[in-house]
Amino acid sequence: MTYIRPAFRHPELPRNDLGFTRKDYEGAISTLCAGCGHDSISAAIVQACFELSIAPHKVAKLSGIGCSSKTPTYFLGNSHGFNSVHGRMPSVATGANLANRDLIYVGVSGDGDTASIGMGQFTHVVRRNLNMMYVVENNGCYGLTKGQDSATADIGSASKKGEPNPFEPIDLASIALQLGATFVARSFSGDRDQLVPLIKAAISHRGFAFIDVISPCVTFNNNPKSTKGYEHVRDHLAATGTVDYVPFKHEISTEYEQGQSKEVTLHDGSVVHLHKADPELNLNSRRSALRLIKDYKAKDQILTGLLFMDEDSQDLHEILGTSKTPLRDLGAAELCPGQKVLDKLNESLR
Amino acid sequence: MKRIEAVNDFVIKFANVNGTGSASANNMFAKSLFRMGLPISPKNIFPSNIQGLPTWYEVRVNEKGYLGRRGGVDMMVCMNPQSMAKDIQEVEPGGYFLYDSSKPLDLRLMRSDIHFIGVPLKDLCQREYSDARQQQLFRNIIYVGALSALLDIEFDVLTGLVSDQFRGKEKLITPNVRALEIGYHYAAEHYQCPIGIRVERRDAVGDQILIDGNTAASLGAIYGGATVAAWYPITPSTSVVDGFDKYCKRLRIDPGSGNKNYAIVQAEDELAAIGMVIGASWNGARAFTATSGPGISLMSEFLGLAYFAEIPTVLIDVQRAGPSTGMPTRTQQSDVLACAYASHGDTKHVLLFPATPRECFEMTAEAFDLAETLQTPVIMLSDLDLGMNDTMSPPLVWDDKREYQRGKVFNEQQLEAMSERFGRYLDIDDDGIPYRTYPGTHPNKGAFFTRGTSRDEYAVYTEDGDAYEKNMQRLLKKWDTAKNLVPTPELIEAAKGGAKVGVIHFGTSRNATLEAVDSLAAQGIAVDTLRVRGFPFHKSVDAFIEQHDTVFVVDQNRDAQMRTLLVNECLVSPRDLISILNYNGTPISARKIYEEITMVLRGDNVRPLHKKKIAKESV
Repeated sequence: MTYIRPAFRHPELPRNDLGFTRKDYEGAISTLCAGCGHDSISAAIVQACFELSIAPHKVAKLSGIGCSSKTPTYFLGNSHGFNSVHGRMPSVATGANLANRDLIYVGVSGDGDTASIGMGQFTHVVRRNLNMMYVVENNGCYGLTKGQDSATADIGSASKKGEPNPFEPIDLASIALQLGATFVARSFSGDRDQLVPLIKAAISHRGFAFIDVISPCVTFNNNPKSTKGYEHVRDHLAATGTVDYVPFKHEISTEYEQGQSKEVTLHDGSVVHLHKADPELNLNSRRSALRLIKDYKAKDQILTGLLFMDEDSQDLHEILGTSKTPLRDLGAAELCPGQKVLDKLNESLR
Repeated sequence: MKRIEAVNDFVIKFANVNGTGSASANNMFAKSLFRMGLPISPKNIFPSNIQGLPTWYEVRVNEKGYLGRRGGVDMMVCMNPQSMAKDIQEVEPGGYFLYDSSKPLDLRLMRSDIHFIGVPLKDLCQREYSDARQQQLFRNIIYVGALSALLDIEFDVLTGLVSDQFRGKEKLITPNVRALEIGYHYAAEHYQCPIGIRVERRDAVGDQILIDGNTAASLGAIYGGATVAAWYPITPSTSVVDGFDKYCKRLRIDPGSGNKNYAIVQAEDELAAIGMVIGASWNGARAFTATSGPGISLMSEFLGLAYFAEIPTVLIDVQRAGPSTGMPTRTQQSDVLACAYASHGDTKHVLLFPATPRECFEMTAEAFDLAETLQTPVIMLSDLDLGMNDTMSPPLVWDDKREYQRGKVFNEQQLEAMSERFGRYLDIDDDGIPYRTYPGTHPNKGAFFTRGTSRDEYAVYTEDGDAYEKNMQRLLKKWDTAKNLVPTPELIEAAKGGAKVGVIHFGTSRNATLEAVDSLAAQGIAVDTLRVRGFPFHKSVDAFIEQHDTVFVVDQNRDAQMRTLLVNECLVSPRDLISILNYNGTPISARKIYEEITMVLRGDNVRPLHKKKIAKESV
């Protein structure tokens, strides 16, 4: 297997509004296992960013440690990436965002990374409503250390060589909802049609956008006894409905009958159309989303799709009242008060 | 009976109950002497408790400007029955003991060799004030008034301080001045004033200011251009970020928009605090955190990442007594090794050791330049003594022409002009320091992946052993470069020259060390001193050790951490360095240093010294 991607580009590859081709959004060749759900998520991120016409270098991609956290290497090769320490990506993302509010922040994490060692940081980045997309590539197991159960493994689920898990799982979407996340979605790595528009909406959302993506581990957790394998998930999938994302610059047309769809305008003017399959879902109600997640789980189904969104949310910079100019771009003229101020201070200290 | 007689040279200690409002009264006392032109060094000795436990405030007054702890107490102001027995014992023979005589003193506690001065503070207060809280607060002001008579403090200076303190709250001025008068008159009527110790106006302060190190450090962060502060509260570093917040609100609000030209985040823990600093610094902002020992432990994993991934990181560590919670409100210098080698794997971090508030200011500002120049963590090691006590300091100075050293960063134009491939970890200038780029700089050049795993010079992941070794070697080269960039040691040679005895010290041991050396000089013992101000050590540290037959190292911790660092990094034999240690939670005193040095030099102690000469090559 080669790790060098040919530089050749077909001259007639489709280009987006900025003139970039899809290849401009790709990264290094993946070293994950063939068939890994995470690679499908990387591909969805590539597609979403290409279609959104985002300048690749205006994205900062961050992660912790683990299989999932390796993936930022495999998309957006012209973006700066940061593989931080286990579970502590949220704090690094927070600092990065504070330094430059003008970039797009994409955080990728895993279930081990987020639901165990990084649970504390995850909860606090939600609380602060940091403007970022936070994707959990959730396979219910620790792949890099060969298949131990993670904290999101369902009770009774078993990995390749493991015993059935005796513990209750942590449901990250429910936790995000309870903590006040302003955008919460769940999806499946094998459902590109649903995942891509969710990623687009999450990137356009101002504030913390959380997507929990069930992403099977083909090596350690893809067997009949696992509830996060391809077979189980495909058989138990239910969706809130289909999601269309319409960028602001495009004319918005309604293709579905009124009453069945919900339109949400994001702060940048783009629109999310949600075509509801479950009439119970109220996109602006946390309670509704939490109840539905539970109801579907009780039916042994995994509810996917956009679950909650607060389109008026204020992100951390707005809460703090920081400068519109990125803090990193401020110079001594704005930052250093000079000797005159110091003279007065000295005088007050005598 | 002997009576201590001294003008402008004594130690006075206040024994109070935590939470009774004594701090501002004691502060008023100290500042009044300062305004009379007298050098003072007040020190808080306080419990880890909000209310109720004993707390002390010790003020050394010394016309010659010795600011370290001297040792011993000439006058005790006793306001806490709980600690009275111990407080009485602490007074030097011939000294003075001021107490509240509203209740008679327990005769069993009396000493015949000290002078008891009773002032019925409670009775005086009850006569004057009806409100219980006022009775409590003004009792403190009344004893300050009494001291002004007993010690001959200029009354006008005290009333001036009251006016300054309550500017804008004029209603409070009159009752405070009244309380001062009550105390003054009582003492003047009942005692022969001044007593044996007293103050006289001098001009020994010059243009110096009175400021604590943490406040000075917070100003250093402002002047140094920090825009992001992330922290988790911990004594004794909390006031660094409190100060930053306070001064930012004054100095960093954009006048047009009202927006903040800074961001402060109180993180959920120390791990998140340092993570935020690293994220912000990676993205091109100047960011810092402040913490103490237990915080350093929690931050260590991230510090290793920042070292290896080469991310500028500024950390202010205000040390306290550890390990663990230890004595969280007492001072020590016991994070030296934890900071020097924080994290797993082969790591070393740049350290700065301030000794004065002015250095706290300058070194904090400098830390940002150093961190960005070297692309590595820089830790300033202050301590509780310096951080939380008002300390006399030369005024803070900033050169308005000074520019921030942002280090090696390729901008968009430079990247555009590059024909060769950008290599994040290439040693282009042969100084071990590579070039970085900020995220978002150029559409298709200069992006790289930051990670804690090993990589090649182009930031591409590799576990190749040679690539790892080469990278680690380059980091050592960078370390060599750092030796010439960190602050140089402060060498003070004995007047006559050619001293055979040398003392190495750092941080807050400075004042006590210099005073002890003066005392030794008065006994005919010439001692040179070298104050280490940065790590990696400057080559003059090796030279100093080589040039002296006997070298002492002053460390305010049990395990002689600075000595260990010197032995580790300077190719010195452990037996060449004799430790002087102090780790009881209070700042080291001049007396202790003097006694330990004389004991060793007299040969009372121990083994003969077999000092080996250090080869020049080891420098």
